[in-house]
Amino acid sequence: MPYTELIHKYLRHNKKFPHVWCPGCGNGIVLGALIRAFDKMNFDMEKVVLVSGIGCSSRLPVYVDCNTLHTTHGRALTFATGIKFAKPELNVIVIMGDGDATAIGGNHLIHAARRNIDLTAIIINNNIYGMTGGQYSPTTPFGAKAATSAYGNIEHPFNISELVAVAGATYVGRSTAFHAKLIDKLIIQAVEKPGFGVVEVITHCHTQYGRRNNTPTAVEMMKLQQEKAVLIEKAKKMSPDELKGKFTIGTLVDRNLPNYCSEYSRIRRVALTKTDK
Amino acid sequence: MDHKRQTLFIQGNEAIARGALAAGCNFFAGYPITPASEITEIMSRELPRRGGSFIQMEDEIASMGAITGASLAGAKSLTATSGPGFSLMQENIGFASVTEVPCVIVNVMRGGASTGLPTNPGQGDVMQARWGTHGDHPAIVLSTSSVSDCFSLTIKAFNFAERFRTPVILLSDEMVSHTREKIILPGKDEIEILNREKPSVPHEWYIPYEDTEDGVPAMAEFGDSYKYHITGLTHDINGFPTRNPKEVEAFVKRLFRKISNHKEQIQIYENFETEDADIIVIAYGSVARSALRAIKIARKMGIKAGLLKLSTLFPFPKSEVQNAASKAIKLIIPEMNTGQISREVKKAISDCPVEVVKLNRIDGSLITPKEILKYIEEVD
Repeated sequence: MPYTELIHKYLRHNKKFPHVWCPGCGNGIVLGALIRAFDKMNFDMEKVVLVSGIGCSSRLPVYVDCNTLHTTHGRALTFATGIKFAKPELNVIVIMGDGDATAIGGNHLIHAARRNIDLTAIIINNNIYGMTGGQYSPTTPFGAKAATSAYGNIEHPFNISELVAVAGATYVGRSTAFHAKLIDKLIIQAVEKPGFGVVEVITHCHTQYGRRNNTPTAVEMMKLQQEKAVLIEKAKKMSPDELKGKFTIGTLVDRNLPNYCSEYSRIRRVALTKTDK
Repeated sequence: MDHKRQTLFIQGNEAIARGALAAGCNFFAGYPITPASEITEIMSRELPRRGGSFIQMEDEIASMGAITGASLAGAKSLTATSGPGFSLMQENIGFASVTEVPCVIVNVMRGGASTGLPTNPGQGDVMQARWGTHGDHPAIVLSTSSVSDCFSLTIKAFNFAERFRTPVILLSDEMVSHTREKIILPGKDEIEILNREKPSVPHEWYIPYEDTEDGVPAMAEFGDSYKYHITGLTHDINGFPTRNPKEVEAFVKRLFRKISNHKEQIQIYENFETEDADIIVIAYGSVARSALRAIKIARKMGIKAGLLKLSTLFPFPKSEVQNAASKAIKLIIPEMNTGQISREVKKAISDCPVEVVKLNRIDGSLITPKEILKYIEEVD
């Protein structure tokens, strides 16, 4: 479907635009990928719920014409858990940034993965708190400058995809804003996979991160994404030396585990057979 | 829920769980905490066999998020906690308040601030229940004083939540929740159940936060095919963020109006021998039981004492307190805190010449009938 038609079909095009993001921001690329994925999956948008927390990326749902819920900072997954568990027929997709998902909401992230409730979390990772003015986040690289690390960041970053993988997510995919088409594919895989699926999108905040770290434009930062990202299939054939300073993209984890909602249906049947105490 | 009346001997926490189920609660999210855990345990056993949903979350912040999400998807949802967990819930209670999501939060109060006295009763969370979340917002807060109250007020809490699209806080305390006593559960037909009003207009006409006369807009649930936006940002009638001063003011005013316009329906209280009383004790929670005993003994001694028992703490039953103040010479306000409701009483009766006497215990112990009686006698 041509872009204009997609926009008219899936976005609140006559209500909410222009959007809040800076020119060159990667969030719009993720939004584009999301509506292309919706279109490919031929979703009934009345059954889609987009949930977010607080931050630049969490403003994404308001632009989409479906059920949209903009919650408190870090807590989007908890609201999404309630929605999905109360009405499992809904497709619940959660949009978070790196600060939202891994700092204030870090506990909810690992527990949603461990619980394996059937949600899709799209984590837009730009390594910084953009909306509040560029303070360092749990994914800001060691040594990087931020509004609260003027002398260089002395904390070590989370690798979000590895974190959710060890926490139990059944699906983990990673892409970059540069590899836009790959995002569509990963979103579809994550949504269609029963259980907790995560799509991490490495993106750029040239406004708050780039200008403090010698890459002041979106183009420069996207070039870095192109250089550093290696498809997982290709990475398997590369040596550790060749992979130094690079990160993998593609489908990183895809496994089958019992998921919360279907297990709970079983619990309901078991509970029925038990008599009063 | 049985169709017939049932006589049982159960504890307050079990009565809260039974009340919730009778009210139609079909979703519970919670985190273990003394002295509220029995509610969580009972719901974990009872909900799945009724087709409902129980989930133990990673903390109380998550529990509050989950019950709000579930309610948006159409469930009648509940969580239960005590002071420390109640503190963690505050931000999301504010979210449910401004997004107008019906849900019930039970706080079984323990003694003290911080970790405090986990196995002792207290009433220190009264003002937190009213003002715990930041920013101006209305609140409905109920208080239980017996096992029977636990059942009936939990149903009321759900009804108010559904009728007024708001979180409702039910305050119990360790004593009420862990006391076992006789309760006669009403039959199904004797219980009034209210459910939220759903929109009946075509999709394009639905205004999710419409400024209606009643103040309570119809609520569509996710999946109902009314696609709309919900945000904790101050929003316009369509649910989209706004900073327009006129829209902001209209929204906040409606939020308050929907409760204040219906306060007579919400304010529950009981008068015991206050008609000719010179001394009126105003009490709530487990303290109201000691107070009732005290005024009965006082009457036998020939002292004209009465009790105004408050089951609704907020919206504060100002008129009824003024009514008591106009009759009595003295008001005694016993509380297991430093005087949180006594301040509300003083505010309400600032024009009355009546004397207000505080009786406070902050040592994790109950206020006994004897202590209250002593105050009644002194006053007399």
